[in-house]
This record gives sequence, structure tokens and C-alpha cells, in this order.
Amino acid sequence: MVDEATRKSLSGIPLLKTKAGPKDDPKLWLQRLKEEYTALIKYVENNKAAGNDWFRLESNKEGTRWFGKCWHVQDMLKYEFDVEFDIPVTYPVTAPELALPELDGKTAKMYRGGKICLTDHFKPLWAKNVPKFGIAHAMALGLGPWLAVEIPEMIEKGAVVYKEGEDKK
Amino acid sequence: MDTVEELKARVLELENEVAELKGTSTRGRIDKMSAEVVDSNPYSRLMALQKMGIVKNYEDVRTFTVAVVGVGGVGSVTAEMLTRCGIGKLILFDYDKVELANMNRLFFQPHQSGQSKVEAAKNTLQSINPDVEIEIYNYNITTVDNYDDFVSRLETGSKTKGQIDLLLSCVDNFEARMTINNACNAIGLNWFESGVAENAVSGHIQFIIPGKYACFSCAPPLIVSTKMDEKMLKKEGVCAASLPTTMGIVAGLLVQNSLKYLLKFGDVSTYVGYNALEDYFPTMTLKPNQNCDDSKCIKKQAEYQLYIKEHPEVLIEEVKEETEVVHEDNDWGISLVESDPTNEEVSEETSLNLVPGLKVAYDIPSKPLKESHQEVELDDDAGESLDELMNRMKNI
Ligand SMILES: [Zn+2]
Repeated sequence: MVDEATRKSLSGIPLLKTKAGPKDDPKLWLQRLKEEYTALIKYVENNKAAGNDWFRLESNKEGTRWFGKCWHVQDMLKYEFDVEFDIPVTYPVTAPELALPELDGKTAKMYRGGKICLTDHFKPLWAKNVPKFGIAHAMALGLGPWLAVEIPEMIEKGAVVYKEGEDKK
Repeated sequence: MDTVEELKARVLELENEVAELKGTSTRGRIDKMSAEVVDSNPYSRLMALQKMGIVKNYEDVRTFTVAVVGVGGVGSVTAEMLTRCGIGKLILFDYDKVELANMNRLFFQPHQSGQSKVEAAKNTLQSINPDVEIEIYNYNITTVDNYDDFVSRLETGSKTKGQIDLLLSCVDNFEARMTINNACNAIGLNWFESGVAENAVSGHIQFIIPGKYACFSCAPPLIVSTKMDEKMLKKEGVCAASLPTTMGIVAGLLVQNSLKYLLKFGDVSTYVGYNALEDYFPTMTLKPNQNCDDSKCIKKQAEYQLYIKEHPEVLIEEVKEETEVVHEDNDWGISLVESDPTNEEVSEETSLNLVPGLKVAYDIPSKPLKESHQEVELDDDAGESLDELMNRMKNI
């Protein structure tokens, strides 16, 4: 159900411990946020070490709104997209809904507002791993595989075109 | 050259068109529902329910406030039905816009494209029935910024500024359902969950009285199984399919049961599934899970147990209603014990006592990502502050 590459990258991401959302005790949420950042940093470092650096994320100071960039490299060209999402009040029981707003309307594999359409495996896996999975896991299990499948298809169809200077940004 | 008469007729025609576009009503408000059968009385056929003895006091419908969360394929039709039934007040929540891609569904019209769904719905509903009070909120209820306002609308939105009478969930995603569940468990609000599967050929409604019936957190979501093997379902290149028929049927079941609940007639179903391929409607009652993930649900369950201890008479009525359900202290339908990973097949479905044709969307919890997932320790004692971590992430 989960391909080998995804499984491998998932296994390198620290698991989280604190089951707390943005509406819970602020101390617990702060702890959870630290865990989120620690896991994300480790994941990005792993990606860099494996020559597969593919996203950056940051959040507002409350940790409720996240934004950043993700990219896909094909034929030596870097295609970069804004990524954003809110942490739902029911987090971490429910996963964040990752969105790439600029691709809204360009692919059928999206819901309104550019929220990516996840595979049938994502939600059951997330549910089984509450509260151990965090944002880094959502990226690895959700957005990573989505980009790998959908972006080449959109490039082929001409729905996504390479923008000059993207690499230098 | 047009005659004055022709021009006058044309002006009238255009005025009507403008009124329609603006959603301006063609009738004034009606203070009291009348049962008089005349062609100008919009309530005569509804009040006939009372004359026939189906409903004791139909006019009570005007006292109720119902929230409809999600004004899409199911929610818009739900709101229209309640409006035509003369419900007292509707509170609509949605953050989406009307799009041409929605035109395979009922209710919205092509000329409304681009408008917010709640705004467009309000205009149409108000012109259908100006007696209904309609309040709209164009925001996403799952975000931290809006959640508190959402809950306070439910707590104070009724016609008498108190808690509303019923919430109908017509949303299309798990996050929003969990948010509604969270809110309703917190304030003890009865609600109906509804849904149409992404394959468009099955759907369901579920009645949730916090503490009495299973909440949305008590068990993994149920799905109505169709003979089509889920794994065979082609999802290449699409997210979801939808049919106006399935949505209309689910909205019909939803509002029918809402009316039965509010106006106290017939039996209110606690779960109705709909399998469109075979026209099969499984029904059942889901009891709460004493290990529910939501502590507010557990609290409500304790309150309900206390209530039935003090009011044993309600149980006698219940048993008459739900013959197949036995209310014994230890007979909770759902157990969410760790399922034996070597024997995953016999987990949730057997312990839930699901009727044929229903299954759970997935089992929880079993072992996370079996064997291959070695735990990487979080060194959270490193003592880095959030700011330091944020900076480290930024400069990575
Ligand atoms: Zn529950």
C-alpha cells in the first residue's frame, strides 16, 4: 500500500509524542509544536542528505497556519509551488489538509482551494498513528507521493510550465 | 415601433426577472400558518398533516432553529426542504463559492457562479419563503480562528437566543465532521451526520445524541459497501464523483428524520445507509464506545447513564422503539481494544455488530506501519525553544 521509498523516508522521521491541538492546553500545544519542528528539521536534513530536498515550511508564531514552498525537479528544471495549510481544531486526530492554491483548477486530483486529493491509504494510516504522526509525516505520506505522480502529468499536459528564474529564487 | 402596451408588458417581464435575480420575494410575510386550502396559502398542504393526524402540532416547526453545515449538493437541498417546510430559522455555514462544476447537483443556478454558496442560498431561500429567518456564515469551521464563533452561534443562535435545536452536517470531509462532533459533544447538541460516498452510489445519515448514541469519534467512519470492490474502483485522474439523485435521496432522508425528530412523529432512524446499486437501505443503532477518543463523549455517556438511572421509564419507551437493542450496563456495542494484528479481519466489524452491507472505513488502532517503522527518538530534552527551532528550520 505504501511504496518502498515513502516507507523509507517515513521511517527516518521522528515520531511525535504529545497529543495536543491548538485548542488544547497552551503548554501541551507548545510541546507539540516543538516536536513538530524537530521532526520537520530532521526530515528536511534527511532529504538533503539523500539528495532529495523538496520542501520548506514555516508557521505563524501560534503554529496554526503553515506556509512554504515545495518543488519538483524534472529534466533539470525546477518547478516550484507555494504550499499552505491550517492546523484544524481537531488536530492531531485529523490530519492537516495540504493545499497548493496555484494549482487549483489545473488537475482533477484536487479539492476546492487547491487541497490535494490524498490516496485511500492516507487517512487510515494517519488514524492508526495518532498522535505519532505530525506535519512531516503528512508531507512524506501525502504531498510527496502526490507531487511525484501529478506534477509530471501536469507538465506533460502543459497545465504546469517552467518559469524562468525559478531555480534562483 | 412597440406599442405602449407592449413596452409595459416588457417592463413587467424585466421587473420579474430582476426580482428573481435579486431573490426578492413575491409575497409578504405570513404571521400565522393557516390550514385554509386556497391557492395563495403556501402552508395548506403542510398543515393538512395536522388535520390528518400525522403530526400533532405542525405549526411548532416555526419555533425551531436548525444549522446546516456545508451548503453543497446535500446541504443546499436540505436547506431548501426545511425552508419550504416553514422552519423557524436556518443558520448556514460554508466557505465555498458556487461554480459551474456544481451544476450536476440540484439547487444552485448557473447565474450564481462566483457568489459565495451561503449568500446565493440565502437569496434563493428567502424568496421561496420570506417567513424563514436565515443567518449565514461564510467561513471554514475547522480553523482555530473560526471555531469559537461557530460554537457560539450554535449556543446562542436560536430564535430565543439559546442553543439551536438541531445541527445537520452536510460536509464532505472528515476534518469538518470531526470538528462538528467536537462542538456537539462539548455543548450537548443533537445532530445528524450525512454523507455521500466519493463513488456517488452510496450514502448515509446518522443521528447522534451525545452520550446516548455513538458519536463520530466512537468508531471509524462506517461505509455502505457496494458489490463493486472498493479496490477495483478507478480513482485515476479524479477525486470524487457525484450524482444529483444520490444527493437528493440522502437530503430527503436527512430532512425527513429531522422533521420526525423535531415534530415528534414516527420513529427517528439512528442510522440509514443507502446502497444505490441495489436499492438497499441498511439501518441500525450504534451505541457509544466507552473508550471513545473524545473525553467529552465519555462525560456525556456518564450523564446519560445517570439520567436513565433516574428516569428508568425512558428505557421502556426505548425498547419499544428499538427492539433489537438491549440496554444493559455492560453491553456497549463498540470496543476499541487493540486489535490482534495477526487476526485483523475479525476486528471492528464483528465487535460493532454491523448489519450486512455496512463496514468500517478502516480499523483503528493496530500496529503503526508494522515492523519496518523503527522509532526514532525525539530529543525533546535538548532544551531548544520554539523560536530557536523555528529559526533553525528557516535557515536549514
Ligand atoms: Zn464518542
